[in-house]
Amino acid sequence: MSARIGVVTFPGSQDDQDALRAVALVGAEPVALWHRDADLRQVDAVILPGGFSYGDYLRAGAIARFSPVMEAVIAGAREGLPVLGICNGFQVLCESHLLPGALIRNGGLLFINRDERLRVESTATAWTADYSVGQEIVIPIKNGEGRFTADEHTLDELEAEGRVIARYLDNPNGSARDIAGIANAAGNVVGLMPHPEHAVEELTGPYPGPATDGLPFFTSILKQLVAA
Amino acid sequence: MARVVVDVMLKPEILDPQGQAVQRALPRLGFDGIVDVRQGKRFEIELDGPANDAALARAREIAEKLLANTVIEQYEVRFDGAVDSATAAPAAATSTSAERTAG
Repeated sequence: MSARIGVVTFPGSQDDQDALRAVALVGAEPVALWHRDADLRQVDAVILPGGFSYGDYLRAGAIARFSPVMEAVIAGAREGLPVLGICNGFQVLCESHLLPGALIRNGGLLFINRDERLRVESTATAWTADYSVGQEIVIPIKNGEGRFTADEHTLDELEAEGRVIARYLDNPNGSARDIAGIANAAGNVVGLMPHPEHAVEELTGPYPGPATDGLPFFTSILKQLVAA
Repeated sequence: MARVVVDVMLKPEILDPQGQAVQRALPRLGFDGIVDVRQGKRFEIELDGPANDAALARAREIAEKLLANTVIEQYEVRFDGAVDSATAAPAAATSTSAERTAG
């Protein structure tokens, strides 16, 4: 039995096809989900892809959060459905209050597009089990509003509970405590600003490499779903 | 008809790089002595019915649910005095109805 992993397309999503491709590459069944459709089509996990949902009007992810598909995703996530939000998807998860904090304008105001070195901090999530703690990986970022922020109490709580899943080695945008990605308390919901779906093939991944450091996000969830 | 203005600002403790960029540009234009600039958003909402507390409450609900992300932003809701003083709202209410959300 193969796992069905859904990828939501919002108007303005850009990386939905890359995410679907990454899902297929690791041997899971990719399922396209549509923003206006509250039916999750019996998927076993959901990826919210990068891009600029609804033009990012108002705030990044603010309109997408109220789409029909998100009502279903939010309800599912609270019941344990694995959800990965990448870049704009991370912003949507914060706007949905499935993850704490917010992503705001980069410190230098620039849109930053480059390969980024990260350190994996937690493997106790549905999406990071195939890494090892402390592992250094290279994954591209491309965002203008990627600076993670939260109040000190929330940051302390994230650290104490091991919910920071990855940190920047060269903080590109002023993110609090170098945070690149976090998880919810249960570990089923993960948000990440860098794009693992852009680091899954030798041809198109970071050059000169390592090119495929993003793959374990997808193999992690597949293994968990198949084992379940 | 009631017109309500909602001002949304980043909370004071949140760094505002856009405001900082504006501030840094001002001395080059000859504006000295600018201590701080912060940038926000202003929404003008027109609602059916009189400019009363119920209208203000609806606007507040809209601000809370959509217009502001209260993790990082705070908002103020008030009547647009120029419009509403000519219709229903007492003048005193227009100048005192601004409300600030708790931190």
